[in-house]
Amino acid sequence: MSISIAIGLLTAAAVYLFMQRGMVRIVLGFVMASHAANLLLFAAGNTAFRGVPYIGTSDYGVGGDPLPQAFVLTAIVIAFSITMFMITLAITTTKDDDTENAEESPAKLLTSADTEFSRNTLITGAMAAGTGGAHASPMSPVHDFEGRDDDSAEAPNADQQTGQRQTRKDLP
Amino acid sequence: MTETLPPLLPLLVGIPLLMGALGAALRKSKRARHIISLGTLGAMFAFSVLLVIATHDGTVLAHKVGFWDFTPQVAIPFVVDALNSLVLMIITILGITSVMFAMATHEARSRFYHPFVLILMAGVAGALMTGDIFNLFVFIEVMLLPSYGLLAMMGAKLGAHGARIYVSVNLLASTLLLFGVGLVYGTAGTVNLAELHGAGVEDPAVAVGGAVILTAIGIKAAVVPVHGWLTRTYPMTSPAVTALFSGIHTKVSIYAIYRIYSVMFEGDERFLWIALVVTSLTMLIGVLGAIGEKTTRSILVFHMISQIGYILIGVGLFTGLGLTAGIFYLLHHMIVKASLFMSTGAIEETYGTGEIDKLGGMLKREPLVALTFMIAALSLAGLPPFSGFVAKFTIIQGTLELSHYWVAAVAVIVSVFTLLSMLKIWVGVFMGKPPPDLEENALAYQERMHGKRYLRVQAQAETPTLTIGPPTAAMSAVLARERAVRVPAKLILPGAILAGITVFFGFGAELLMLLSETAAENLLNPEEYVEAVMNS
Repeated sequence: MSISIAIGLLTAAAVYLFMQRGMVRIVLGFVMASHAANLLLFAAGNTAFRGVPYIGTSDYGVGGDPLPQAFVLTAIVIAFSITMFMITLAITTTKDDDTENAEESPAKLLTSADTEFSRNTLITGAMAAGTGGAHASPMSPVHDFEGRDDDSAEAPNADQQTGQRQTRKDLP
Repeated sequence: MTETLPPLLPLLVGIPLLMGALGAALRKSKRARHIISLGTLGAMFAFSVLLVIATHDGTVLAHKVGFWDFTPQVAIPFVVDALNSLVLMIITILGITSVMFAMATHEARSRFYHPFVLILMAGVAGALMTGDIFNLFVFIEVMLLPSYGLLAMMGAKLGAHGARIYVSVNLLASTLLLFGVGLVYGTAGTVNLAELHGAGVEDPAVAVGGAVILTAIGIKAAVVPVHGWLTRTYPMTSPAVTALFSGIHTKVSIYAIYRIYSVMFEGDERFLWIALVVTSLTMLIGVLGAIGEKTTRSILVFHMISQIGYILIGVGLFTGLGLTAGIFYLLHHMIVKASLFMSTGAIEETYGTGEIDKLGGMLKREPLVALTFMIAALSLAGLPPFSGFVAKFTIIQGTLELSHYWVAAVAVIVSVFTLLSMLKIWVGVFMGKPPPDLEENALAYQERMHGKRYLRVQAQAETPTLTIGPPTAAMSAVLARERAVRVPAKLILPGAILAGITVFFGFGAELLMLLSETAAENLLNPEEYVEAVMNS
């Protein structure tokens, strides 16, 4: 009973958060939703059986069902990795998220403290590729697919990058 | 052969994963990554051809991963019959051609492009072969994770907007799928598809869980009314990635719908009307949505939705003829759609825009691209002698057999609209006069895309530390404005190969039709599938 109520509450919270503006709230909604799904899987395996699930260690009818536990473990790992990716998407850009007030977006809040720092470390992934890799930090998984090869990417520091950009502009 | 093949099935998942990791580890050599990727995909293709040959007579191959022989519920079964070996074969062809396309557009130079594609293919192989609903969820996630990366990396010119929608919708669908798995396990006590055989008919509680799963997969297959995400994400990435995704994600979901409805619900006639209503709506709304679109790719994406409707008519009929037609349509559609995305993508990658208003006169400028596009477009609309005609004809035959005249009428009307949309692209892009600023826009685009590389080579003369090759001679000539912009042959080739396949399956439809018939037989009689899993 308590597990069903918990599933219901978590799902309701998730749906409420999905309806909110802003990527971070949606990500939190997904965290709730995946918790609800995991609890449902647990409930499917009957929580009354609480013995050790290995065969031969508990009496028949006492040992827990190992399968839902395996399901939940797998599902947690998957949900965790996708949540990380979504959070990255939430903080990488300011301009193209029309669900968020640009001034209050997480990317803006994170970058306003130190612009130079943010340019070199925070702007990764999609946004870095959006500028053709010119703004990509050395840690960025996205590489400029036209020119910079990995063997030449001995972490070009900020100065070099700026230098390169200027040369490009200077040329006709 | 039926003895030796099953234990090798897990290799179809394991090898691409391993090779993907190896490719990511090889930082230095682009060429090694290209070779690894094409070699692995080629090996997968060869293996899937072998599987098609082994299953062409209706044999079902099954293997319990790790030879686990304790209880049937716990082992993970991999099952291959005519349907999934055929789908796998076509998907590996698409993988090879889209990697060729990405190599031509230079996207494949990115360190993670090939690893992502290989992990994606591992997930696809697993999702197609698995005989266990929870594993289906896991493999769909394995398939989606690299897709998120590809979409964000390659679509970044247009911002992360598309990637956000894509991830959110897919995660929502996956969570729903997980809920469905939980409900099925709670009511039936197993997630093994073979053990769930007929459970959806006997027990309404399991049927509800199955319906949740089918709904979740329906979202991933972009069936109306849950299709909106597709048209907002696929045009937001690069043409190479769109071509790759078009043949994989929605199609694997469609395969799962066919399989689950066949085994779990045994083609229960009570629910078929739902499928027919949904497919008719999908056909209509998809094709009508394409009318207002202005770029080649967004038109094609809307058509994808309407074609998904056609494919799912097969499930809605669930007769021998209907299923055969649906499976044939699925295989034909994967090839044709990718070919269309590649031929219009070749123009987009060369001239820098896919907007119909900004293009024109390509028939004279790029006759080969025009030919490739025309073949695939006529095949999509369903005109003879291409495979599309056979596909549509049998689908409509199947609906008439059961006297579903309204579905047949919708199918015919929609194919007329499809032809109209293809004509819109044809007239806008290939006919007429090229707009006056076509060449300048193309040059500006080429400079933006390839210029950086070109400038680096110039800079290399001063500081010879960078070890990159020069741009190709043709590209240098274009950038130096000595030569007009033209679609290079290597961009045309992948689309042309696929167009050739649709011509081949148009004239030689008998071959694919016989294989589809076997696959349909397997779906109509899931007992063999169940037996193979239980006795493996």
